[in-house]
Amino acid sequence: MRKGLIFGLAALAAAAGATVAAPGTARAAGEGIPLPSFEWSFDGIFGTYDRASVQRGLQVYRAVCAGCHSMDYIAFRNLAELGYSEDEIKAMAAEAIVIDGPNDEGEMFERAGLPFDYFPAPFPNDRAAAFANGGALPPDLSLMAKARANGPNYLLALMGHGYEDQVSDETLQQIFALETEKRQTQYEANLENYETMLEVYEERVEAGEEATRPTPPEEPQPVESIEDLGLSEGLSFNAYFPGYGIAMAMPLFDDGVEYADGTPATVEQMATDVANFLMWTAEPKLEDRKGMGIKVILFLLVFTGILYAAKRKVWADVH
Amino acid sequence: MSGFQTNNTVIKWIEHRLPIFSFLDHSVGSGYPSPKNLSYFWNFGSLAGITLVIMIVTGVLMAMQYTAHVDHAFESVERIMRDVNYGWLLRYVHMNGAHFFFIVVYIHIFRGLYYGSYKAPRELLWMLGVVILLLMMATAFMGYVLPWGQMSFWGAKVITNLFSAIPFFGDGIVVWLWGGFSVDNPTLNRFFALHYLLPFVIVGVVILHIWALHRFGSNNPIGIDTKGPQDTIPFHPYYTVKDAFGLGAFLVVFSAVVFYLPNYMGHADNYIPANPLSTPAHIVPEWYFLPFYAILRAITFDIGIPFTGVVIIEAKLGGVIAMFGAIAVLFVLPWLDRSPVRSGRFRPIFRLFFVLLAIDVVLLGFAGAKPAEGLWLLIAQVSTAYYFLHFLVVLPLLSVFETPKPLPTSISEPVLKGGGGAMAGAPAKPMEKA
Repeated sequence: MRKGLIFGLAALAAAAGATVAAPGTARAAGEGIPLPSFEWSFDGIFGTYDRASVQRGLQVYRAVCAGCHSMDYIAFRNLAELGYSEDEIKAMAAEAIVIDGPNDEGEMFERAGLPFDYFPAPFPNDRAAAFANGGALPPDLSLMAKARANGPNYLLALMGHGYEDQVSDETLQQIFALETEKRQTQYEANLENYETMLEVYEERVEAGEEATRPTPPEEPQPVESIEDLGLSEGLSFNAYFPGYGIAMAMPLFDDGVEYADGTPATVEQMATDVANFLMWTAEPKLEDRKGMGIKVILFLLVFTGILYAAKRKVWADVH
Repeated sequence: MSGFQTNNTVIKWIEHRLPIFSFLDHSVGSGYPSPKNLSYFWNFGSLAGITLVIMIVTGVLMAMQYTAHVDHAFESVERIMRDVNYGWLLRYVHMNGAHFFFIVVYIHIFRGLYYGSYKAPRELLWMLGVVILLLMMATAFMGYVLPWGQMSFWGAKVITNLFSAIPFFGDGIVVWLWGGFSVDNPTLNRFFALHYLLPFVIVGVVILHIWALHRFGSNNPIGIDTKGPQDTIPFHPYYTVKDAFGLGAFLVVFSAVVFYLPNYMGHADNYIPANPLSTPAHIVPEWYFLPFYAILRAITFDIGIPFTGVVIIEAKLGGVIAMFGAIAVLFVLPWLDRSPVRSGRFRPIFRLFFVLLAIDVVLLGFAGAKPAEGLWLLIAQVSTAYYFLHFLVVLPLLSVFETPKPLPTSISEPVLKGGGGAMAGAPAKPMEKA
């Protein structure tokens, strides 16, 4: 048995090790500062959506985000899952203008939205969306919470903690240190490259061949301010966006919306609500899933226990 | 010969015309004698078979909802997740089922490696297993392309591009594989067709695999042949109940992931629709391919005649050869390890090298997840070198130079006395060659 153990550990380590390796890559590849970790009502085995927060998030989405971002996979009828009544859903859908058709005369026509319609996109196509936004395409938000590593934390950090006016000094210093180090490493690599090129150049000159003298790399300045990061024109600084330059200007401001339920609309509150809402749009079946999981696993534990007892009984005469 | 007996007239009537009951009895019933000392590592074969069935059932159901078109594939998967009744369950079971299939099969393979299950007379059984592994890899790769997310698209692009390394015909082969001049709708269509087809090919090879298994029966932890009824117990009920218990335990772990961490082993980028104009920062394959991916990228140098500058194998082709070689070497393993002792339990030096190989493969996995540069590239290169050294040099040498511990005289002996390799037994003698 002991000997089997060695093998067992090795095999398990192989499987487990490889399993752990995969998800770690997503963030490691981001090369940014680590994301803060927030608490979410949908975390954990018994996690559920905070309906009030998701509803507020929907309100912010409709008032702010929907100006640029589409939401292709959510239909008005889906809002029933958030606790809206049929009339409320009909009213919300009716605010949208939908192009339908062709009618019996072969013409496309406009009509008020109905519950089965999907959320209308702000632009007719991606080209139009990019054109209206200085060349940067605002991505569809339906799956955003799953399409980024550590999605909900990323979204809240990005909208509520990452912009120049929001970011903590501590985080800034972290970024500056990281970038300074990165530039130094890059400089050293360039320098090495330069020295090799210089040697080649000198050899060629000695041999009487034509050659252009390579230019030495510039010594990097330490990064001490956001300006030193050298973000492109038109990009806003954001501590949590890969590369720190994001095309989306700070979207949320205190009291940018007036919440229907009277909650004070701070930036932090709105960012949390939008992150909650986007988690729901990305994973609308989360509550079904977690609820079923408890039942399935409890059943399996009992059933496996019975099977173990059966195994013991059947094998009693062999051991 | 046939130990199958019944008094049920209906069964008798059928059995006389179609002897399916005695067939089942010989396959998984009381008519199939199995070694009495199999450990829980012998559960993973049946687990792999059951996982294959789970994958086929969920896959067929999803195929009824999926649309294999570049404009609709991503959306149709989201429809399955949102609008199909229990579609989210089907997809998460299928998606994570692939991961668990590989976990189970890799444990199954390492069990075979440790206990010498590839040795005579089970060489063909082992080789059929390697064929199954290859088919699984092809199926998993093509299945991963179907949702048409960013990693789907770019993974397909990187892997199909490997074939361009083949001299002279490479570029032509790639165009032929793609069905065009880039990864596009024809590629997705054929991948869907093949992803549906290959699992049934796997079923066919699994049947051969089990057929070959039943010729000599299972190997066992001490690796010596069964020598009579005292060494065996009927498959049913002993191993049916043990396999059922193992399945239960497996399903608990599997369910925990499906219901609570369904996207843990996946990659966030695959929830972004494929965009041929935007390359992800890092294209990383699924974890089960990472060791092979590391081997592929470890060959960063051309291979040629020294000091002449003549290149025989370019780095890219070298990587492809090494990657496929990593599996090809498994095919000839029964002839590389010529030690007459099967089980690693009685081979002290082999055991050390086996642990080293396991660590080596894990290291390769980590290296495959990192960008191929600096220290990780070096680790990948050293690990790749050891991988091949292990099979091509260490195992053949061990067969000659290692002195195995004495083998027990029979299976029932250590089982009856409750001892393992520690007990004194007959001196090691070569197994009879089949």
